[in-house]
Amino acid sequence: MSHTKPYIRKKAVLIMYKVFLKYPESLRPAFPRLKEKLEDPDPGVQSAAVNVICELARRNPKNYLSLAPLFFKLMTSSTNNWVLIKIIKLFGALTPLEPRLGKKLIEPLTNLIHSTSAMSLLYECVNTVIAVLISLSSGMPNHSASIQLCVQKLRILIEDSDQNLKYLGLLAMSKILRTHPKSVQAHKDLVLQCLDDKDESIRLRALDLLYGMVSKKNLVEIVKKLMSHVDKAEGTTYRDELLTKIIDICSQCNYQHVTNFQWYISVLVELTRLEGTRHGHLIAAQMLDVAIRVRAIRKFAVSQMSALLDSAHLVASSTQRSGICEVLYAAAWICGEFSEHLQEPHQTLEAMLRPKVTTLPGHIQAVYVQNVVKLYASILQQKEQAAEPEAAQDVTQLMVDRLPQFVQSADLEVQERASCILQLVKHIQKLQAKDVPVAEEVSALFAGELNPVAPKAQKKVPVPEGLDLDAWINEPPSDSESEDEKPKGIFHEEEQRHAKQQLPEADEEELARRREARKQEQANNPFYIKSSPSPQKRYQDMPGVEHIPVVQIDLSVPLKVPGMPMSDQYVKLEEERRHRQRLEKDRKKKKKKDKEKKGKPRRHGSLHTESDEDITPAQQVDIVTEEMPENALPSDEDDKDPNDPYRALDIDLDKPLADSEKLPVQKHRNVDNSKSADKEDVPVVEKKMKKPKKKEKKHREKEREEKGKEGEDLDFWLSTTPLPAAAPALEEPEVNAVITAPKEEGEEPRREEEDDDSERDPEKKSSKRKKKKHKKEKEERSKDKKKSKKKKPPSDKAAEPVENGALDEEPLPPMSSYCLLAENSYIRMTYDIQGSLQKDSQVTVSVVLENQSCSFLKNMELNVLDSLNTKLARPEGSSVHDGVPVPFQLPPGISNEAQFVFTIQSIVMAQKLKGTLSFIAKNDEGSTHEKLDFKLHFSCTSYLVTTPCYSDAFAKLLESGDLSMSSIKVDGISMSFQNLLAKICFHHHFSVVERVDSCASMYSRSIQGHHVCLLMKKGEKSVSIDGKCSDSTLLSNLLEELKATLAKC
Amino acid sequence: MIQAILVFNNHGKPRLVRFYQRFPEEIQQQIVRETFHLVLKRDDNICNFLEGGSLIGGPDYKLIYRHYATLYFVFCVDSSESELGILDLIQVFVETLDKCFENVCELDLIFHMDKVHYILQEVVMGGMVLETNMNEIVAQIEAQNRLEKSEGGLSAAPARAVSAVKNINLPEIPRNINIGDLNIKVPNLSQFV
Repeated sequence: MSHTKPYIRKKAVLIMYKVFLKYPESLRPAFPRLKEKLEDPDPGVQSAAVNVICELARRNPKNYLSLAPLFFKLMTSSTNNWVLIKIIKLFGALTPLEPRLGKKLIEPLTNLIHSTSAMSLLYECVNTVIAVLISLSSGMPNHSASIQLCVQKLRILIEDSDQNLKYLGLLAMSKILRTHPKSVQAHKDLVLQCLDDKDESIRLRALDLLYGMVSKKNLVEIVKKLMSHVDKAEGTTYRDELLTKIIDICSQCNYQHVTNFQWYISVLVELTRLEGTRHGHLIAAQMLDVAIRVRAIRKFAVSQMSALLDSAHLVASSTQRSGICEVLYAAAWICGEFSEHLQEPHQTLEAMLRPKVTTLPGHIQAVYVQNVVKLYASILQQKEQAAEPEAAQDVTQLMVDRLPQFVQSADLEVQERASCILQLVKHIQKLQAKDVPVAEEVSALFAGELNPVAPKAQKKVPVPEGLDLDAWINEPPSDSESEDEKPKGIFHEEEQRHAKQQLPEADEEELARRREARKQEQANNPFYIKSSPSPQKRYQDMPGVEHIPVVQIDLSVPLKVPGMPMSDQYVKLEEERRHRQRLEKDRKKKKKKDKEKKGKPRRHGSLHTESDEDITPAQQVDIVTEEMPENALPSDEDDKDPNDPYRALDIDLDKPLADSEKLPVQKHRNVDNSKSADKEDVPVVEKKMKKPKKKEKKHREKEREEKGKEGEDLDFWLSTTPLPAAAPALEEPEVNAVITAPKEEGEEPRREEEDDDSERDPEKKSSKRKKKKHKKEKEERSKDKKKSKKKKPPSDKAAEPVENGALDEEPLPPMSSYCLLAENSYIRMTYDIQGSLQKDSQVTVSVVLENQSCSFLKNMELNVLDSLNTKLARPEGSSVHDGVPVPFQLPPGISNEAQFVFTIQSIVMAQKLKGTLSFIAKNDEGSTHEKLDFKLHFSCTSYLVTTPCYSDAFAKLLESGDLSMSSIKVDGISMSFQNLLAKICFHHHFSVVERVDSCASMYSRSIQGHHVCLLMKKGEKSVSIDGKCSDSTLLSNLLEELKATLAKC
Repeated sequence: MIQAILVFNNHGKPRLVRFYQRFPEEIQQQIVRETFHLVLKRDDNICNFLEGGSLIGGPDYKLIYRHYATLYFVFCVDSSESELGILDLIQVFVETLDKCFENVCELDLIFHMDKVHYILQEVVMGGMVLETNMNEIVAQIEAQNRLEKSEGGLSAAPARAVSAVKNINLPEIPRNINIGDLNIKVPNLSQFV
């Protein structure tokens, strides 16, 4: 860290952070020097130090408070925005711990806000100012001024056309919102405007803001706006988000802002019309919640729900797969539960017994069955009171007729409930036949009042003596707790509800007896939750909503229940209703005053949440705090993760260094250390020392234990190597790729070779017959070959569209790989050299011999002068100087191809071999012995075999770093990139791995397994080729050849 | 802290993946895939911040990305980094790449993997920003290149000499000259950097 080069210092400083993470003990001894680096003359080192300290301080800010003055100095002096941002962020973390710091900060920050032109810095400043303001409770003279400044600046950000700034502005705005909602509310228009933004993240941010901005005054308006967005929104995720937000907004703080629950219910009903939402259960929960907690709304809710049930076949058929049918769950339950409010119970009953219902999910059917009986009970009672035994019997008959469809259900629960109830109904039918009044008893089954329980209540109930919690839930001793009698009140999880046995309804006497017993129990049981004065009665079935406190609403105006409007009229009706509601509100205002005069005592002395706004809510809301068992203690749960590695760095840096901790450095360093330690004023040190000990003791101990095993290893490791812990932190998570890829591909090229061979064969035959068409043929073939090659890397991902489509763009100029070998008046020789991957030291030279004379050519023999490296493969038994006979004769004008095999040892360099073709030319005048000398040029290219390569394998190969690199650049090329690419691929046996615009990577392999990778890029007029190869000599030779090819273009 | 740097093309093919926190390989790939799907469905003219890189870190982490021609540069950072700062940093990184490989293309990232990582190392080290000044970075890269060249010049010299001799086409040259052996005698200077 004290190296003379700032570059080294900079890196060393940054590395220290990783060292600290791995080896927290090193922090204390190393810290003084780290602090020194904050004032390093080199800005890079300085910023690195700031970086490290900020990172450290972010985790455990309180230990770094003492550095504040130093940072303050840096902040006012530094000009590097990056450093400034870091420091300002750090201050943001520090201010909550030391409010005085905040006061000091505000001024320079405000100056920065005013002066800076960099948006990033401005944004961070605003952010920190917000943090400062949050930490300062109040009592600052320029407090509201700076808030105003922030909000103003944020408004500028939000109004900016740059989406990024807009987003950040909204983000910061939501931070202000938490503490200063008033100042943000002024910008409601802006936020609403952002809701229309095309960017989803911005809309979501704006939604978040809205959540905090609603009040009684604007709730209806905002929700209306949101509803219109729901209709417009494309994409289910965003729509779902909107939906949850609407519900969140409305239900926040126990429906604090909802003044008219009729309106809310209708909003919920409207939401059910959304298709494909996943939040059906959420809507259902809300419906249940409102219906249960707001007593006055029940009548309205029931009417809406029954309408919903009536149209249930619509809902169910169109949205069977989605979650919206969950709503029916709530609807059925509400209708059954509050059946006394139903206007046409019979109709609803029929709706619920429709055969379509059986297509619903099991748990909903179960609720249907259960509530059908409730409904039935109430109808029965009505009829009996009206003395219409006929009608009552009709209803019973309906039940008996329809229930069997549920008995056949695949869902066990439905089946069980249905068969129980069917028996019950049949029993009732018998009684009815004897004219016995049964209604009283049947409805007694379901008489009862809800009993809300707080969500944590279950946890807080102490285990009573004699209760074995491990025993099956239905078999606990019945006198120990009320829980087996009233299990749903306590176990609100669904599974448990399902696990529950259906209690025998038939035995009414038993039930009555138990009820009596339980009442007594409840009276004596101190853990029983007594929330409502109404008699505690037994409940048959409850969905998981009982834990919500009751909200009682006294409506001073009788509710007008509009019929279920059709979906298209709904919005209008909604508006009308809203208007009416406004009128109502005015009336209510007066009435409310009367009400208050009466001084109706609030139950339980519960939280009084009347808003201090000038608008009087239509309904008075009493909110009962969530109930807890009396002996429940507020639990202080530890939300910090004891395994958090950063916790280990929670080290008091202000403690003077112990001798053992001091770094082994030269003396003058020690002086420095002690100085810096002495500087700290004593009270601060004490404070610091106490605080962490008290609070963190537990954590630390836990942590120690947790880390026990780890720690041992660590200690062991540390004891052997005291300081250089940097290494492990730096390890790169990269895979050291071994070049296995080419092996896998071994098979592919082989196949290709075969293809090529088979292609060649028929052509050989044809070439005998056809005259000079040969060349064109060749060209075609080569094209075919290329096409087949292009198809070769077919593999799903590896072959990107760019790769394949690229070469079809424009017609390629004809190309031939055959080049002239030698020529005289009799004969013309062209040749091509092909290697194959199977034979690592052989190449095949195909020589096309074309008779240009009118003589008949025969006894052709080819001979070359072998070099040490390259030899012609001769038939067995022949000597080095013998030629190889050409296996055919050539009539005039005919051409044919002969193949010769050469063995090669080293392929890294090009070679030239001298050779001679001797033949007898025979014509009418007689025959002559002729000779043609030639030079066979074995270029490096000829040792390459076109091999397809997947881009993944290609990347791995390059990643391995085993290849040497070299590059060339050729200027003045006007040929199109595509043609160039085709040319290189063709002449130099490369295959394109990937191509992007005018840049392509290529791959090839030598017969001896060298990998050759090329990257060709075309600029304006130049082409650059970078090559990588396992052999540098081969590469440089190849590049030379490529250069020659390109130069011709 | 920067948690990860991902570069992938429009088809989701990863070009450069750098994690500053250890993840198993499959998780890494999953992260890349998921990030790609998150980023892909976003228009170019909407903001460059994304929350909900659910796999990395959690709510504290943000994805900050930029889209260049065929490549997405995605940085996954936690709340200690300034969003706009990181956007600038991506710009610096890309410009540096462009300077080092003239008119950079996504295939450069594959072909010059080693160099790209080296450049990245100069910009971000261990998840922390090392240098934000492009000139500074380019200067370091050039210094490194010079070093490599001088070293490459030494080690390649014998090979070049041999090839020159061979090109004369003297078949008598003993073939047992092994170029690889010669390389070993040349000190590998890069280790001392």
